[in-house]
Amino acid sequence: MTKLATTAPPRLRTGRESQRRLAFWLLLPAAVAVFGIIVYPIIRTLIISFFEVESALATETPFVGIENYQRALSSSGFWAAIGRTLYFTVVSTALELTLGMMLAMLLNARLRMRWLFRAIVVLPWAVPTIVNAAMWKGIFNAQYGSLNAALTQLGLTDEYIAWLGDPTLALNMVILADAWKTTPLVAFFLLAGLTAINPEIYESAKIDRASWLRIFRSITLPMLVPSISIVLVLRTVEAFKAFDIIYAMTRGGPANGTQTIAYYTYVRAFSDQNFGMGSALSYIIVIVILILTTVYLRMLRRSEMSLL
Amino acid sequence: MRHLKNGLRRTTATVTIAAAAALALSACSVTGAPSSAGGAGDADSGTVNALFMKQAGYTEDDVKEMIEDFNKEYPDITVDPTFVAYEALHDKIVTAAPSGTYDVVLMDVIWPAEFASKGIVTDVTDRFPDEWKQDMLGGALITAEYQDKFYGVPWYPSTKLFYYNEDMVEEAGYSVSDLDTWDGVLDVARAMKEQGIVEYPLAWSWAQAEALICDYAQLLGAFGGEFTNDDGELIINQGPGVEALTWMKDSIDEGLTNPNSTTFLEDDVNKTMASGQAAFSLNWESTFRDLNDESISKVVGQVGVSATPNGPEGVRPGVNGAMALGIASKSENKDAAWNFISFISGQSEQEKFVTSTLPNWKASYEDSEITETNPEVFAAAKVGYDDGILRPQVPNYSQVSQIVQLEIQNALLGKKSPQQAMDDAVSAANDVLNG
Repeated sequence: MTKLATTAPPRLRTGRESQRRLAFWLLLPAAVAVFGIIVYPIIRTLIISFFEVESALATETPFVGIENYQRALSSSGFWAAIGRTLYFTVVSTALELTLGMMLAMLLNARLRMRWLFRAIVVLPWAVPTIVNAAMWKGIFNAQYGSLNAALTQLGLTDEYIAWLGDPTLALNMVILADAWKTTPLVAFFLLAGLTAINPEIYESAKIDRASWLRIFRSITLPMLVPSISIVLVLRTVEAFKAFDIIYAMTRGGPANGTQTIAYYTYVRAFSDQNFGMGSALSYIIVIVILILTTVYLRMLRRSEMSLL
Repeated sequence: MRHLKNGLRRTTATVTIAAAAALALSACSVTGAPSSAGGAGDADSGTVNALFMKQAGYTEDDVKEMIEDFNKEYPDITVDPTFVAYEALHDKIVTAAPSGTYDVVLMDVIWPAEFASKGIVTDVTDRFPDEWKQDMLGGALITAEYQDKFYGVPWYPSTKLFYYNEDMVEEAGYSVSDLDTWDGVLDVARAMKEQGIVEYPLAWSWAQAEALICDYAQLLGAFGGEFTNDDGELIINQGPGVEALTWMKDSIDEGLTNPNSTTFLEDDVNKTMASGQAAFSLNWESTFRDLNDESISKVVGQVGVSATPNGPEGVRPGVNGAMALGIASKSENKDAAWNFISFISGQSEQEKFVTSTLPNWKASYEDSEITETNPEVFAAAKVGYDDGILRPQVPNYSQVSQIVQLEIQNALLGKKSPQQAMDDAVSAANDVLNG
């Protein structure tokens, strides 16, 4: 007892110290993880982008300055890939927003077993992209895919269509497969926004005999601006980076029709073993995404309804 | 409280710096690849991680059986096989190279130049017995060779054979002897189409992939062409190169080739043929087994196989699609890996699996006991092995191939004329080849 009493004041100090030590140990795993898998690769990629690295095991890696960037920006393949990426980003984001909005409103309606519908809708989002891609690749298969089987059996077409056989059509079909997976996410973001709207506003609008369209345009849409903005930022950035769905569905073909910038970068780095060029391309993607995000955040800050 | 916050911040900073320093110290080159050159390890024990493919050639079950046989002789070596799709194999070898994940890697005939010049696989010239150079087929030896050195052991020779549905040929009023030339094949195909026997008689693996180059190579050979001239420059925009492509495009336009071919890999061609939706196709040796497998084929017993048909020049080289087993340069277990590779490449082991793929060894082709087990394929393949067409053996083949794939597809999809497509391919590819 006496011992405890005498050691009381130093204990306070060691208490603080041990707390600090505890903090150190608690932080260590997170710090190592963040540095190991984020900061370190980012810095290393930046360094590699200024060197000519032509093998995974390269020992001679001459410094070339910004030559990799110059060569990337002057190649026609790069700009073609950027063009396809922009198309992919704009069309898939627009499609997902439109479908997601419709889905959100449906899920917000007072339906019986609404919880069940909400649970079912989230399923596609729960499917891993690679599984989703494999599934749609099967559905779109020209020779034995279920889409062609369904269409011919319904008498809608006489001939099997090679859904992934034409460059433009293939890109659109990949967008569709991507939208099937990500629309639920968009819908749930918007649903969260919808449920936050005070129902009294709708009631007074109904008393004023406002039409459904008018209510949507003047109440729902403006009140959803924050949710829509967040979805827009998230989906644009994600779509710009699209890689896995393309790798699994088309591998960039046919005739490079689905080769987006992320896939183009992968091919330069790993198939060509041109890691300097691949790193430079990665940084170009990072810069584009940074610009996009900054612009969006500015827009959001200016809008009064913003949450950010 | 404030004191605590500062302390936390300081702690965070310390951890951060420590982590960064640790990572910086571990790095020793721009790429971050460790500079050690792997190791020999113990020849009779340890674990050998081996990377194989899921497609054509030996099946996963075959490989597992080979490992069992190997373990009877080397009980203390554990072999851990991984199987990936052919389309993913190259990139997997490259990305795993710095960490030495795999000791043994399966290489296609088009990669030794790249892997050797970039140090991805080990030079095994000193281990390679002299008699193998005489006893193995020449076309298979090339797969492991670059600039007179060996970077692996040939595992099997391979070429694309011509498969035909004999029932359909007879129904159209023709016989197998009419299929000796591509012109003959087209005549029979036209008759089949007119009589409604099959909507699209020909199916090909013309997706944007290496499979497209293999089909093209075989047609290029039939038209008497080569990929490169003696100076190593691509010449497929002249004569045979353009004629072969024009022939391909015409067969689509005439409705003889299944237009979905531009999305097909070998497996899709196999399934199309197996479901009776094609009468003719080019495919690897193991296809004959698959087309006669009742669980996956509706055309069991209807399919014949021969060497690729003759072109107008009266030649019929098969594309060289041989595969070899190499030892990754960062392997820590090279001696055990070598023992495994030489065991499964051995003549007696290979002769057990001739319905999957044919052996490396010349002697197997003289042994009637062996050839009788798969007589059709032995007879057909021998022609292709004796006279093969090689894809360019250059370190940046991958880039050249991608360029050619793209331009062939541009022509097949009607985006460019065959001449224009090949001119563009040659100018882009020669830029790559000349650095």
